[in-house]
Amino acid sequence: MIDLRDLSVTIRGTQVLRDVDLRLHPGSITGLVGESGSGKSMTALAIMGLLPHRAQIGGQVMLDGQNLLTMSEPALCKIRGRRIGMIFQEPMTALNPLMTIGDQVAEVLRIHHGMDRTAALARARERLDRVGLPDPRFPLTLYPHELSGGQRQRVAIALAIAERPDLLIADEPTTALDVTTQAQILDLLAGLVREEGMALLLITHDLAVVAGLADRVAVMKAGEIVEEGPTETLFRTRSHPYTHQLFAASRHAPSRHAPATGSPLLRIRDAVREYRLPGGDRLRAVDGVSLTIGRGESVGLVGESGCGKSTLTRAILGLDPLQGGTIALDGRQVMAGRRMPRDLRARMQVVFQDPFGSFDPRWRVARLVAEPFHLTDRPAGWRDRVGAALSEVGLHPDDADRYIHEFSGGQRQRIAIARALIIRPDLIVLDEAVSALDVRVRAQVLDLLAGLRRSHGLSYLFISHDLSVVRGITDRVLVMQKGRIVEDGAAEQVIDTPSAPYTRRLVAAMPRIPTDWVA
Amino acid sequence: MILGAALAGLALIAAVLSFAWTPHDITQLAIADRLQPPSAAHPFGTDHFGRDILSMVMLGARVSIAVALVAVGIGAGVGVPLGLLAAAHRGGWLDDLVMRGNDLIFAFPSLVIAILITAVFGPSALNAIIAIGIFNIPVFARVTRGGALPIWTLDYIRAAEVSGKGTALISLQHILPNIANLLIVQGTIQFSLGILAEAALSYVGLGAQPPTPSWGRMLAEAQTMVTLAPHVAIIPGLCIVLTVLGLNLLGDGLRDALDPRLKVAR
Repeated sequence: MIDLRDLSVTIRGTQVLRDVDLRLHPGSITGLVGESGSGKSMTALAIMGLLPHRAQIGGQVMLDGQNLLTMSEPALCKIRGRRIGMIFQEPMTALNPLMTIGDQVAEVLRIHHGMDRTAALARARERLDRVGLPDPRFPLTLYPHELSGGQRQRVAIALAIAERPDLLIADEPTTALDVTTQAQILDLLAGLVREEGMALLLITHDLAVVAGLADRVAVMKAGEIVEEGPTETLFRTRSHPYTHQLFAASRHAPSRHAPATGSPLLRIRDAVREYRLPGGDRLRAVDGVSLTIGRGESVGLVGESGCGKSTLTRAILGLDPLQGGTIALDGRQVMAGRRMPRDLRARMQVVFQDPFGSFDPRWRVARLVAEPFHLTDRPAGWRDRVGAALSEVGLHPDDADRYIHEFSGGQRQRIAIARALIIRPDLIVLDEAVSALDVRVRAQVLDLLAGLRRSHGLSYLFISHDLSVVRGITDRVLVMQKGRIVEDGAAEQVIDTPSAPYTRRLVAAMPRIPTDWVA
Repeated sequence: MILGAALAGLALIAAVLSFAWTPHDITQLAIADRLQPPSAAHPFGTDHFGRDILSMVMLGARVSIAVALVAVGIGAGVGVPLGLLAAAHRGGWLDDLVMRGNDLIFAFPSLVIAILITAVFGPSALNAIIAIGIFNIPVFARVTRGGALPIWTLDYIRAAEVSGKGTALISLQHILPNIANLLIVQGTIQFSLGILAEAALSYVGLGAQPPTPSWGRMLAEAQTMVTLAPHVAIIPGLCIVLTVLGLNLLGDGLRDALDPRLKVAR
């Protein structure tokens, strides 16, 4: 059993963890929930003894009566991987791309037991079978690039449990995965805990994930655990105000006005886009898609990675040409590159997912926000327009003189919205625009978007892999699978009574908080 | 960075000052005073013709710096646009053309070709500049392309495209400022290499011609007298080392100073 007692960590004078008490029992799952920067990952690193060197640590991390914090580095090395395993968020970078999966799993065994390669590979085989990568289909000689994201995360889990550790720490293990894959990985983790009797510390920002999985939940805020208890009790009572806020934000849906059924704004007919694959085959990423977005309408486009939604988005934005079909904005044809007239281009803007990659780090905010003026010739009072746009998204006009790195993720997403608004477009494409945000920030940005839509009569195309996000902000949802639209209907209808088999799978895989806990 | 600027600045000041004034006239031979160790009259001593080494070093700085600077200018001036072009058309035939052209130049050992060029067109400082400059082009093209490729995949480039900007404007406004740090560092490295290459060419007699002194030629002429009067070789050698070191420090400092992200951190 692992027992954290009064764990405090200070880095460069900032206290990042304060008196954290947590008990992790064998065979049970503890969810550690909080927003980014709340100290969740720092707790995991403290348990592993992987804190930065300049960190000052107080309290105890007890493993079977031994305090890990006072142990020497060589002694800790024996414990890491052997008694405590860890899996990370990003399956793409957690594995060595130049080693076969068998060798990577076997390596752990060889380090800790000095096993010879054949014996270690045999154990690796057994562990990979256990995580759902059975023999004939997944030989040990595969390389990570030959596997999908979910399969790689399974290999990472096999690595972490190779030694049958007492504690497995999973830091946002499914955040980078599709919903259906997420459900499978969570099932796998739950099964491992029950069968092998380990303790699992599941770190996540997603309340719905812990609701369905964890035995106990700890809620963390600013380095402190503000509330801890059995999952159901905690969710039902929500005694701490912060828990209450998180809970409300995760279920937040902005008030919507009645969908304005205006004339069609964007009309896509039989769009086709193919890619040539390295083998000479062709991949039809977008396969005969037709859709319409009305003026003032908010439409969601949902699908898992690789379904073609990004390719379709690029075509809509006039960045890539189509090989068949047409896209028309207000009756005028959208074309790729320079052939598209500037005044038509000016009627569409986009907000991207990643609040960190969306801005040139060397430009000041004023210049960033004013960039779309390239399409309309910069008006004389452009600085005032930038200030006004910043005010509209809830920032201060003076923020225009700052650089982008001075802003938080949520503020950056507001700046991205200001940039999209500045030339008063008719349609804004929101490409996973809130997926990277914490729940409370996400709720604020969704409110902002809903308000702007009312005041400016905007249309949204809201692209996401997550049905639950789309539900709150869209009137109509399109579900895309393998380049085709498989379902099209009102948001509630699609989520509550899905008709296409694929939509049903998506909805079933959606982690959710049981409805009777909410009351 | 301050140390680097000071060292590089010292070399530059010496070079500029030499146009107006040197402690002694180096065309004036004084065989009687040859190979004197450093003294009050000759702070760095004298060489085998009795010329003042301080004056020689100052004049030599002029040649060395001019050659290296113009060579870096040629390399960056041609190489950076080529690299940007290749990155903007990544995967296309233009990219292939530029990069294979680079490979072609890279395939020849640079100093040997520089020697060939100066041997064919006659040894002079100008030909040395051209020879060194040509071999800077592929270095800059490659660094530029390598730095630009990951930036092209970022969302702010998408946003610029949605704003209707073409590849040339994006390259200029977004790509170039964001790889400037790479280019500055590469520029200082190439500058140092340029000084060394000029020294090497002069050393084999293919750089600046007598009586124009350059650091490389001073080294070459001093080598036979190293045991007799070590300062004759040590001083120009030290000049090369300190200038190169200063430039590298300066480059690192500039890179940090030009990044707005680091400005706030300090």
